[in-house]
Amino acid sequence: MSQPYAIIAEYDTPADIMAAAEKVRAAGYEKWDVHTPFPVHGMDDAMGLDNAKVGWFTFFGGITGLTAGMLMIYFMNKVDYDIVVGGKPLFSGFYAFPVAYEMTILLGAFGSLGGMFILNRLPRHHHPLLTNDRFAAVTDDKFFVVIECEDPAYDDVATRALLEGTDPQHIEMVEDTQ
Amino acid sequence: MSAAAGQPVQVVETHTPKELVRQPLVLNNRPLGWITEQVCSIVEGKMPKWWNVAFVVSFLMMLMCFGYIGYLITTGVGVWGLNHPVAWGWAIVNFVFWIGIGHAGTLISAILFLLRQKWRCSINRTAEAMTIFAVICAGIFPGIHVGRIWLAWWLFPIPNAHGIWPQFRSPLLWDVFAVSTYFTVSLLFWYMGLIPDLATIRDRLRIAGKKLNSGLDWMINRFKQFTYGFFAMGWTGSNRHWRNYEKAYLLLAGLSTPLVLSVHSIVSFDFAVSQVPGWHTTIFPPYFVAGAVFSGFGMVLTLMIPMRALFKLEEIITIRHLELMCKVIIATGSIVGYAYGMEFFIAWYGGNPYELYAFKNRAFGPYWWAYWTMISCNVISPQLFWFQWCRTSPWFIFIVSIFVNIGMWFERFVIVVTSLHRDYLPSSWGYYSPTRVDILTFVGTFGLFMTLFLLFIRYLPTIAISEAKGVTPQADPHHELGGAKPKQEGAH
Repeated sequence: MSQPYAIIAEYDTPADIMAAAEKVRAAGYEKWDVHTPFPVHGMDDAMGLDNAKVGWFTFFGGITGLTAGMLMIYFMNKVDYDIVVGGKPLFSGFYAFPVAYEMTILLGAFGSLGGMFILNRLPRHHHPLLTNDRFAAVTDDKFFVVIECEDPAYDDVATRALLEGTDPQHIEMVEDTQ
Repeated sequence: MSAAAGQPVQVVETHTPKELVRQPLVLNNRPLGWITEQVCSIVEGKMPKWWNVAFVVSFLMMLMCFGYIGYLITTGVGVWGLNHPVAWGWAIVNFVFWIGIGHAGTLISAILFLLRQKWRCSINRTAEAMTIFAVICAGIFPGIHVGRIWLAWWLFPIPNAHGIWPQFRSPLLWDVFAVSTYFTVSLLFWYMGLIPDLATIRDRLRIAGKKLNSGLDWMINRFKQFTYGFFAMGWTGSNRHWRNYEKAYLLLAGLSTPLVLSVHSIVSFDFAVSQVPGWHTTIFPPYFVAGAVFSGFGMVLTLMIPMRALFKLEEIITIRHLELMCKVIIATGSIVGYAYGMEFFIAWYGGNPYELYAFKNRAFGPYWWAYWTMISCNVISPQLFWFQWCRTSPWFIFIVSIFVNIGMWFERFVIVVTSLHRDYLPSSWGYYSPTRVDILTFVGTFGLFMTLFLLFIRYLPTIAISEAKGVTPQADPHHELGGAKPKQEGAH
């Protein structure tokens, strides 16, 4: 069972795709995206995207690391195995700090990478776009606008006409063959 | 100022300032596709003969390293030259040496990213790989130094039958957490940078695989597609993804920066928190971090100069890149030189006779040869980079980078061994020498390091393709080469 997934338009330069993205956005599409070999500077504004929310994952990862580190040391050296070493206190935030600090960074880093994956809905190894031959150049030197057929504003004729008006190198339909 | 008659006098002719054009980061105005082709062809093509030779040699050295570690474990630490009073010998020297090497990779990938140094983009991948492999080499030494290696897991907070826990007041335990965090975070950062480039290789393999129908080549192609594709996580270059990706990259850079500074600070605490004259100094954390970056840049240059020549990457890793790295070497080398001087000053100014003795003994005692090797390699040799010719001649930079590597190994030797070999009582004085096992285990770690590095060159893109593209004018939507309309005055 294959059904149309999206219409894709290919461009040669970042300036072309930027102009195209502004037009698609102005036409009021929602389920659309721009695919580029590298992040194009200014594209987030052209597409009207707000700030990424990865920072929250980093923040909560870091807080968890710091708390877990401090509590772990408190439990191990003050509660469960309280033995005096070198006349030092059983627990002090100072000596516990280096380890808790490293754990803050460790879990913060996992939060950042994990947050990126979660927000991007990755991994997704079977994507309709990954079966298209022309689209393979997106990781090389071509730029694509993709408008999904599920978009409420999508229309076979009108959407194609809109994309043709943005001066692309090529327009093609991508099938979902799942 | 205005003239006496009230008439303003024009003193300076007005000029439109000449716009200085920066030297491009990828030479000869290469198109975007050229960068992909240049980098991916290394991974996709056959390796040259020298690679095979180098791999066999490195692999044998690695086996030698593991062999000597096996000998150590089955026999005991007596096979090393450690004895009273020098109980920290080459193993700790090598640990600090290797962990320091790693710091340049993180500096390039994280700190230069935060400082918006675009030139990092063609060297960061290799430098980060170097970091990870160096930390692997470093991690071996404290592990086998504990004596009873099968109990090394006691370093980690794992419940055990004795009902005892690790002792967190010790900087040695802080080190366990610092180094393992450093390794993990470096690996995450490196992997995240690799995702778009793995997708590039995946897509190229998919197109190349269309021409193959069956047979071994087809199977190999399918296997590679699967493997690269698996780790590429289904990356499609979506801008909605790039937005989160770039934010996560920035955050990881922001986390790695305090991390890299803390790791070598904590390594220096292993010494500074003790009471030993020569170790017990507050200058250690910044001094160790500067030395680590210095040694790491030495190693980056040692690896990158042959690599760029052998794989014809001179247009991506340009002379300008090498020159900028040399400037980092002057800066950090001078900080290290300043620290050496300041240590002596404080030893005298602090008025502690034991401290002063330790430092006099460093320069003029039985290990004077190690001290002066360190001074000439670390303080004198980088100063050559004040001359432009020295900074722009790759073979010359290569030689100096070797001196930097040697000098920084000797620095750690001087710190560890000379501070220990004279205890307070002359009856506890000694002269430490390494044994064959010490030396060959260390030599073997270079085999391990090079084996991993050669495999990295063989199977992964050595240059961050998407990042290197991103800093070219072709990638700038406001530049003519990026497709923007020519400016109104229409110069060219």
